[in-house]
Amino acid sequence: MSLAPFLEGREVVVCAGAGGVGKTTSAAAIALGMAARGKKVAVLTIDPARRLADALGLPELANEERRVDPERLAAVGVEGDGELWAMMLDAKRTFDALIERHAPDARTRDRVLSNRIYQELSSAVAGSQEYMAMEKLHELHLEGRYDLLVLDTPPTRNALDFLDAPERLARFIDSRSLAFFLRSNRRGMRLVGRGSIVLFSMLRRITGVNLLEDLSEFFRAFGAMTEGFEERARAVGALLASPRTSFVVVSSPAAAAVEEAVFFLRRLRESKLPFGAAIVNRVHRPSDRGTEDGDLEGALSSLLDDAGLARRVARNLLDMRALEDRDALGIARLSGELGGAPLLVVPDLDDDVHDLDGLARVNAHLFAAEGKATDAGRLAGSAPPS
Amino acid sequence: MFVTGKGGVGKSTVAAALGTAAAARGQRAVVCEVAGVERMPEGLGHAGVGYRETEMGPNLWAISIDPERALEEYLRDQIGSSTLYNLLFENRIVSYLAAATPGLRELLTIGKIWELAQLERRSPADAPYDVVIVDAPATGHGLGLLRTPRTFRDVARVGPIRRQADIIHSFVTDPRRTGVVCVALPEEMPVNETLELRRTLAGELGMELDAVVVNALYPERFSAAEAERIETARGANPSPAASAALAAALAEHRRARTQRTQLRRLRREAGDSLRSVTLPFMFEADLGLEAWTRLGLELERSL
Repeated sequence: MSLAPFLEGREVVVCAGAGGVGKTTSAAAIALGMAARGKKVAVLTIDPARRLADALGLPELANEERRVDPERLAAVGVEGDGELWAMMLDAKRTFDALIERHAPDARTRDRVLSNRIYQELSSAVAGSQEYMAMEKLHELHLEGRYDLLVLDTPPTRNALDFLDAPERLARFIDSRSLAFFLRSNRRGMRLVGRGSIVLFSMLRRITGVNLLEDLSEFFRAFGAMTEGFEERARAVGALLASPRTSFVVVSSPAAAAVEEAVFFLRRLRESKLPFGAAIVNRVHRPSDRGTEDGDLEGALSSLLDDAGLARRVARNLLDMRALEDRDALGIARLSGELGGAPLLVVPDLDDDVHDLDGLARVNAHLFAAEGKATDAGRLAGSAPPS
Repeated sequence: MFVTGKGGVGKSTVAAALGTAAAARGQRAVVCEVAGVERMPEGLGHAGVGYRETEMGPNLWAISIDPERALEEYLRDQIGSSTLYNLLFENRIVSYLAAATPGLRELLTIGKIWELAQLERRSPADAPYDVVIVDAPATGHGLGLLRTPRTFRDVARVGPIRRQADIIHSFVTDPRRTGVVCVALPEEMPVNETLELRRTLAGELGMELDAVVVNALYPERFSAAEAERIETARGANPSPAASAALAAALAEHRRARTQRTQLRRLRREAGDSLRSVTLPFMFEADLGLEAWTRLGLELERSL
């Protein structure tokens, strides 16, 4: 099976899944695979993925896209009109750029950028990476320089945080009512009820005056920029929900990762977001079980001329088969949740994937020629063109 | 004890094993989940631990820290009066404030962890713990969690938040009271993250990484000479079953060797001052409580 028919015509691919399941590798492999099909592709990663930069032959991944040297691509058989670009999202710098763009005037901009809450916390906050990934995605999509954007989602514990980012951003922006409230209090509290006066004094008791003032300032400055943010949050939400986007759920065959993937799939369905395919990485390849083992140890013993070694080799096979069985269970569990959508299996490649060669090896499984299916899923719904 | 590391390396396993082992030695232990993911290894035989401290077995407790509940608890404690509390907590503005203030979720989470570790608990009905084991978020966010109290201390300058953030920061950075264990796999990326975490902890917070647990180390079943003989035997036209067995042996050998290269690199680059412990790769599908305890005790002994 090949991912290509499912990604044809898409403008955005979002790779999502639990931490450590190979999301970044999958995202890069998908990008490479689509570049090989003549597309101009950019892969956006969030990890401090020096490895990926190395893999792509880039000195580093900056906050802007870098093109992977076509000669390197040619060396792994990727030639033609396709282009592969990569970038690493820097949450803080993207946030700064966003504020510079959306501040109504220079004063507001400086007020936000110099606010201590903003400086100290905006990049440290869990979730700001998600906002920024969404923002950058939106920006690049709007610019329209690429046929396809492949987004590697942040390594959060909870893959769902990512989906909530636009909504949380909008909620965050809604804090302008808070700014209004805080401002009113500082200017004599005429506009608010008496309950709020008590409230404010209690808040001040808990937070301390300085913190409350910094917060107030922070929210007030942000409040002045609400329109740009809200508009973008809505636009990103619409893009993700449209058929221009495809979500690819990445998992390992381990039970915990599969459960996370299943949870995520259900969440995608509930939110009516376009699910494309599932990828299961690092699967122990099923060994040949067609023949009866018979006296395997005896056979090995005569082959190796060493009874002790033969016993260990036979024993090891049992352990490896137990792993294969465990992986098969995980894949079956995920497969049952897919409703006919494709599931692609990438075998455990003995070696870490750390260069374009490695990505090309992964791609042999993600973009296998028709008829050489390695999948456990079925093709249904949107059947690939014959 | 904060247990962190790259995603998917087995942090929860190690945290649970440490908790089980501490409990088995008669220490009252609590294992904390954070970031609202209520998922501890099924080996501990439970599902859906919530914000309430839940008894999992003799001496062993678990809690899932939800920042919103922590805020509620904190405000209730700060205000004392429940009428005032209701006014405050049910106010729309306050929920906006809580949701929108950058870093507040992290501060509340680590504040609750600190509270769990106190001899005098917030509620007199709560018994103190001997050890609090935190199944922390993956490396980057885990560091963010440890950094948050200091950030709030610096931003707040004066007032109760400054005072409390300062207390939590001092507690977290006191090596006699707080430890950090990084879990890694013997693979390139997790090893890199471990070394990076160690540098950042020392550089930014003046904290030492107490130990690294290298998880899922394949056994060395075949020597290099044996691997060569196995390779030779593959050429001798073996039966399909024998061929599969030989291939599996070679795959195991390669993986074990690659892993040891990474393990050596970790030990070389980290130097002698970093304790490292290995845990064996588990071929069995599901670990029972007994296996958890064994794993935990083995780990504790080495630490």
